[in-house]
Amino acid sequence: MTNLEFIHAPRAAVNAAPVHDAVLDIRGLSVDYGIGPNAVHAVANVDLTVRRGEVLGIAGESGSGKSTLAYAVTRLLRDPGVIVAGDATFYSRTDGSPTPRAVDLLSDDKSVIRSVRWSEIAVVFQSALHALNPVFTVGKLLDDVLAAHLPQMSRQARRDRAAELLDMVGITADRLRSYPHELSGGMRQRVMIALSIALNPQLLIMDEPTTALDVVIQREILEQLMDLRDKLGFTVIFITHDLSLLIELADTIAVMYAGEIVERAPAKALFRAPRHPYTYGLLNSFPALHGPRIAMTGIKGSPPDLRHVPSGCPFHPRCAHAMPECVVDHPPMLRLADAFGTRDVSCWLHDSAHTVPAELALTHDAASARVGATTTTEAQA
Amino acid sequence: MVTTVVDLANAPVEGEAPEVTRKRRVAWLPRSPKMIVGLVLLGLFVILAIIGPWLAPYDPGKIVVSTTQDPSAHHWLGQTQLGQDIWSQLLVGARPTMVVSFLAGAIATILSIVIGITAGYVGGWVDDVLSMIANVFLVLPALPLLIVVGSFLPKGDSANDLLVGGVIALTGWAWGARVLRAQSLSLRNRDFVEAARISGERTWRIIMSEMVPNLVAILAASFLFTVLYAIGTYVALGFLGVLNPAVNWSWGSILFDATQGQAVVSGQWWWYVPPGLCIALLGTSLALINFGIDEFINPRLRAAGLSRKVAKRAGVPRTPQLGFTPVTRRNRAASTTIAEPAAIVEVDR
Amino acid sequence: MVVLLRRLGFYVVTAVIAITLDFFIPHMIPGNPVEAVINSHAGAIPPQAAESLYAQFGINVHEGLWGQYLRYWDNLLHGNLGLSISQYPAQVTTVIHSAIFWTILLVGAATVVSFVLGTTIGTVVAWRRGSWLESVLPVSTFFQAMPYFFLATLLLLFFAQDLQWFPNHGGYEFENTTIGFNGPFLADALHHAILPGVTIIGASLAGWIIGMRNMMVTVADEDYVLLAEAEVLPPRKVIWYAARNAILPSVSSFALALSFVVTGSLLTEIVFSYPGIGDVLYQAVLGEDYPLIQGIFLIITFVVLAANLLADVVYVFLDPRTRQEA
Repeated sequence: MTNLEFIHAPRAAVNAAPVHDAVLDIRGLSVDYGIGPNAVHAVANVDLTVRRGEVLGIAGESGSGKSTLAYAVTRLLRDPGVIVAGDATFYSRTDGSPTPRAVDLLSDDKSVIRSVRWSEIAVVFQSALHALNPVFTVGKLLDDVLAAHLPQMSRQARRDRAAELLDMVGITADRLRSYPHELSGGMRQRVMIALSIALNPQLLIMDEPTTALDVVIQREILEQLMDLRDKLGFTVIFITHDLSLLIELADTIAVMYAGEIVERAPAKALFRAPRHPYTYGLLNSFPALHGPRIAMTGIKGSPPDLRHVPSGCPFHPRCAHAMPECVVDHPPMLRLADAFGTRDVSCWLHDSAHTVPAELALTHDAASARVGATTTTEAQA
Repeated sequence: MVTTVVDLANAPVEGEAPEVTRKRRVAWLPRSPKMIVGLVLLGLFVILAIIGPWLAPYDPGKIVVSTTQDPSAHHWLGQTQLGQDIWSQLLVGARPTMVVSFLAGAIATILSIVIGITAGYVGGWVDDVLSMIANVFLVLPALPLLIVVGSFLPKGDSANDLLVGGVIALTGWAWGARVLRAQSLSLRNRDFVEAARISGERTWRIIMSEMVPNLVAILAASFLFTVLYAIGTYVALGFLGVLNPAVNWSWGSILFDATQGQAVVSGQWWWYVPPGLCIALLGTSLALINFGIDEFINPRLRAAGLSRKVAKRAGVPRTPQLGFTPVTRRNRAASTTIAEPAAIVEVDR
Repeated sequence: MVVLLRRLGFYVVTAVIAITLDFFIPHMIPGNPVEAVINSHAGAIPPQAAESLYAQFGINVHEGLWGQYLRYWDNLLHGNLGLSISQYPAQVTTVIHSAIFWTILLVGAATVVSFVLGTTIGTVVAWRRGSWLESVLPVSTFFQAMPYFFLATLLLLFFAQDLQWFPNHGGYEFENTTIGFNGPFLADALHHAILPGVTIIGASLAGWIIGMRNMMVTVADEDYVLLAEAEVLPPRKVIWYAARNAILPSVSSFALALSFVVTGSLLTEIVFSYPGIGDVLYQAVLGEDYPLIQGIFLIITFVVLAANLLADVVYVFLDPRTRQEA
């Protein structure tokens, strides 16, 4: 924790060139539930870039807006959800095209949105139990998707492809004739994944895909998913409340609180040296699988009421380091560059004017010492 | 506007709907247009049932001349083939029709509470037996059964209104019992009922003080539905002549007389249209109230989430379209926070 | 299949209860019902009919209640429901037999049409939420509350009396037609069936519309409908994903609806003097023909139970979850 050098970069410079390896670019997105004075501000002014090929994790407590963000971007958010501000651009790069095709998910015509939906952006719903139509067989569910998008495909070809898709997610083809209720929870989720990769999408949005499953099944499915990603090369947005899962799975992690992103960093950096007090709290609210015993501190207080978001920094009522300005002014998004790379943090503490508490300013060496045990096990794995 | 407020209050936020204050929901209830129309109509019929017999200019059974008469200044709706004043019959008929129907509805509701909630709360073999009985009554065709019973009822000088109401209730409780049973089953495992049970409250006290208050809306719907059923059945019995038409002045019996008097064939619409219309309107009033209660129980059924005005001002389609979340970027510039990194901090660590 | 067997068992029990009720109701009335009947007809009842009455009611002065009950069952199992008083000396079974055919055809066809039409309209209304189509709902409510026979009377007045488009009574023309499977007769029978059929459809349609609409609105919140939309299935298919589930409660509430429809249809037949079981029932009530009334109750019960069993089969066919159970 040595000399902090503060550079006031012009905003245009940060925004300037569109990130060319981006799959999805979200700018200033705000989503409300309802209209008027009683509206609930579920997502507030979120910026997020998803790079091609990466696994982006979005973490946060329930009610933090992480699922709302994902559904709003795909325009699948239900009534009374309303997108009140921002942009979301999807960059489609189909085989052979030199430059990606930009699709404005919020302004373009419905037919344009429908043209990328599922074929290029697919969603894995949270509960496969509710997402799989109970009166149709697995085979029919897969067949309907294939038939809707690939009209030239013959019936037999669709059947073969459905069997192949099931095989890819580790289910035998005889399950094509099964109804969803005849499958176990894990198998249902696998079917859901098979549906989502049926058209070889570029982006897969997964909304707590394994939350309802037990740990062993969860691990199996995630491993399979990562294999599929290596094989098919899709980009993943992985939404979960389980930050420890993301640390193993994701390349980049965005932590959300009260509808805002409070910290956005490479997974390892976020894990080893959290910079936002909320991230720090989250990391210390569940035990690490490996490593030394640490007292679980958790986060005091309860998630905010989104109809009455606290003034200033929304986290200030629960923050151990809250300062007077946190109550009054909303912190800016600060880009920190340190030994762990660059990251964005929305916290007054990292403003040059303040002294950063030791636990939020871990240096590379200190972080290594802290999670040293973990690193070794990781290396073995 | 009011509907909007409630709908938004019910908006789910990631599966956790914010608490809805009881006051706000209740305030919505009487303001639903369906509810208001239904209540006003029902109120009119209740008044008619109370004061109808006093308003009647003639004794409805009084036989004067032996031919049917067209409407006149003295007899607004004409006279029957026995010279009885139809207008008086209509006014007097409101009371038995309403009394029997509401009585049947009340008895049936009590039966359905006792049987339905007991079955749902107690469970086990009691539930099996009671559900079985309810299902039997649900499948048995009620009208033919009532005719069998009704045709054996003593046909005395007085109309057996109370008895008929009771018998109609016996055939009409099963639906309510089934609905209440299902609701009690889910209520039984709620914390507050569990707490009452553990603290050693008596079963009946738990049912009356913990369960019933939570079932009020469903009870009301079940009551109205049964009354609607009772009206139809009572009118049908009268129309069939199962009730003694010489002493019964229900609207059904007027229709029986009209059929016997060849009113339809001879074009005497003033004889059968007014009672028929009264029955239809009374039924509609109950159905409208029921509709309102349904929407209260299940907010999703309400016509649409936003009023046209609010939706238009916000630039949102009034009808939500599944799969296309509306986008209104009015306050794009007015965003309060700055999301883009305001600064780059180089830290040497 | 286990589900269906269990349901079948339930219907058998229900039938036994109905039969028992049919036997006991006359016995619960104070006094001897047969004497009462004979007295009320003031000597118009032939002695053989009086005997048949005793047999029908199972009343035997020399036999205990249990013995009478067994005898009643014995008669019933031999297809003997006694003799009709109003159409003496016709067997009750004969009278019912000639009428039930008309009723089953009329009510069956009308109910199927009403169900299909109402469910379709309900689906469309639900899918076009907030549009003018929603005004169908209050109108439906009014029709739902309107008694069948009142609607029947209005239709009779306008289309048969005033416009004379349709015959005002009966199920077929007595003259110029030979009853049987021939073109002119079928056309004539259809012509006679239109007004009663429209009445039954008109009065029962609203129930199916509202029921289906409410279920569609509820089901539209399900994730599998959103998934269908997310998968960009054709709009028809998305509606189908929802409707295929929303229809299940409609099918399972068929029992309740059928009770209403049967009641209404009986009254409709009376208004149109349609030669079905309703008209026979009306004549039986007017003529205080107790054996016939009781016989009709039993027959209608059996038909309703059979229809319910059919609905159960359809349900099991439609909902795969019931097939696996037990």
